[in-house]
Amino acid sequence: MSGWSIIRLFTIVVYGFMFLPVAIVVLLSFNSSQFGSFPMEGVSLRWFGELWNNDAIIRAFRVSFMLGALTAITSTVLGILAALALVRYRFPGKSVISTLMIAPILVPEVVLAVALLLFLRWLDMPKSFPLLLLGHVIFTLPFVLLVVQARLVGIRRDYEEAALSLGANPVQTFFTITLPLLMPAVLAGLLFAFTISFDDITGTMFWKPGGVETVPTQIFAMLRNSISPEINALGTVMIVLTVALPLIGMALARRMAARLR
Amino acid sequence: MTEQQPAVALEGIVKRFGAVTAVHAMDISIEEGAFVTLLGPSGCGKTTTLRMIAGLLSPSQGDIRIKGRSVTATPIHKRNLGLVFQNYALFPHKTIFDNVAFGLKYRDVGRREITDRVQKALDLVQLPGVGDRHPAQLSGGQQQRIALARAIVIEPDVLLLDEPLSALDANLREDMRVELKRIQEQLGITTIFVTHDQSEALAMSDKVVVMRSGHVEQVGAPEDVYVNPASAFVARFLGNANLIPATVKGRDGDHVIAEVAGVGSVPVPALRAAKLQPGDAAALVVRAERLQLVEQPGDVPEGMIARKATVTAVDYQGQAARYFIDFCGHSIQALNPIGTAPLRAGARVTAVLDSNHCVLVPPEKHP
Repeated sequence: MSGWSIIRLFTIVVYGFMFLPVAIVVLLSFNSSQFGSFPMEGVSLRWFGELWNNDAIIRAFRVSFMLGALTAITSTVLGILAALALVRYRFPGKSVISTLMIAPILVPEVVLAVALLLFLRWLDMPKSFPLLLLGHVIFTLPFVLLVVQARLVGIRRDYEEAALSLGANPVQTFFTITLPLLMPAVLAGLLFAFTISFDDITGTMFWKPGGVETVPTQIFAMLRNSISPEINALGTVMIVLTVALPLIGMALARRMAARLR
Repeated sequence: MTEQQPAVALEGIVKRFGAVTAVHAMDISIEEGAFVTLLGPSGCGKTTTLRMIAGLLSPSQGDIRIKGRSVTATPIHKRNLGLVFQNYALFPHKTIFDNVAFGLKYRDVGRREITDRVQKALDLVQLPGVGDRHPAQLSGGQQQRIALARAIVIEPDVLLLDEPLSALDANLREDMRVELKRIQEQLGITTIFVTHDQSEALAMSDKVVVMRSGHVEQVGAPEDVYVNPASAFVARFLGNANLIPATVKGRDGDHVIAEVAGVGSVPVPALRAAKLQPGDAAALVVRAERLQLVEQPGDVPEGMIARKATVTAVDYQGQAARYFIDFCGHSIQALNPIGTAPLRAGARVTAVLDSNHCVLVPPEKHP
């Protein structure tokens, strides 16, 4: 056997190890039987139906969507503003601020989660939805910032200078020139922030106020009691949302970028 | 108005970037309708000057006046200037029509008038009917025309051009040069043009401002700066003149006599001898095209200087040839039209020099 075929085999094994469990979850979500075992007894959408009728899960979905959307919007607005400051302006302490904004990616999430929680304790603030949102914004912001910054660097200053010279004031220039040219990155940033927020469990566990569940924490809670096939169906829905959405978004963004060239 | 205000006036403009001074106390006055070129090598401060006039940079010191009013504190979007960039800077997400109409949207112009004026501007740059295309669908030359249309449609007080031709290829550049000049004359718009290309500067300008490391070296009509360079730098930068070290010996009527090693006395018209005093070191400027090489030393006309020379190398250019010659111990160049055949390297010739076309300038300083 040559070296290349060993590498090939090894790669297949690694990918299998990573994706087989995911594939099994998806497969079992269509299983008609109560017990997840192979061979499957039949194909049905029964568990998706049960999911739809489970109030707790629907509530968790609502919370997750709301949280994800608000996180995405907040992070993207802040990310755009931060990127503009870091790319277009010079000010003292710029590199320090830049590093601090990216830092949440580098710090282990648990550490960040505990730190924020302790900080809230110290301020004597109770856990609440806005604070959960704040936590999500803190660790989605770096992703948005990096994506927007990368594109902004590629947008030549000339465009903005031309708009200014033609009589548009700086705010009009931003909305008519800079933002449309940034759009692919803005879209990508929104999707990044949404999926990261939607997927997150570690931080959410620490920060969520009592009685509020997001989809991941709901799954976690359900798993503690029993392993219901509903969870497989829920897992499938999550996979579709968190994989398909960014893929569609990226394809869209690439298309837009190509059109703007 | 009792007195004609200059269209643009720079009064003691200084620009410092930290410890570096990019522009030193600059005074320029530009008349209404003039085409003025800021010419110099990269880093001479020409673009910095243009950006200060545009309002993209603010001067560290001094005042900028446009049509008599000070604009030093006016932000760029209120200066009413047309700006054309080297890389066109057409908005890629807008159609050509929307690009050209952009500036009009921020002025009190009705919808119908916008359409009319955009149409007129596109006609002027000879690109009617591209309105609904996007910039990426046009060639570089076309994009630059659109950029020009976008800048002039707002009827700016001053048109600022920042190396607008340097991204185009050679043939197109010469066409655009003629085109640009035609449009500028047709509109009578005051224009400031920045370039490092001396032939563009000579071909297009009413007035050339030659700059070097933040200083103005010379201001004058193209012919003036070419024929009468004020310094060795100007002579060298415009048309690559030969500079031969010389010493000022004295005056003879309206001529200044320069002593050149190996050549002897060269009488230069006093008007072309700057303010040099007898005894000063100087550089004799000899334009390559003013140095004629002849194979048969016939009669040398009155006032000409003829010396033996050897051709060391030939740079054949088709209609002319640039000869590198050894002229009394000085390695210089001669640009001559080709008669029947170009001279060969090694040919022994006579170099004929009309000293009335020579200029004496202070010697080059080597910083």
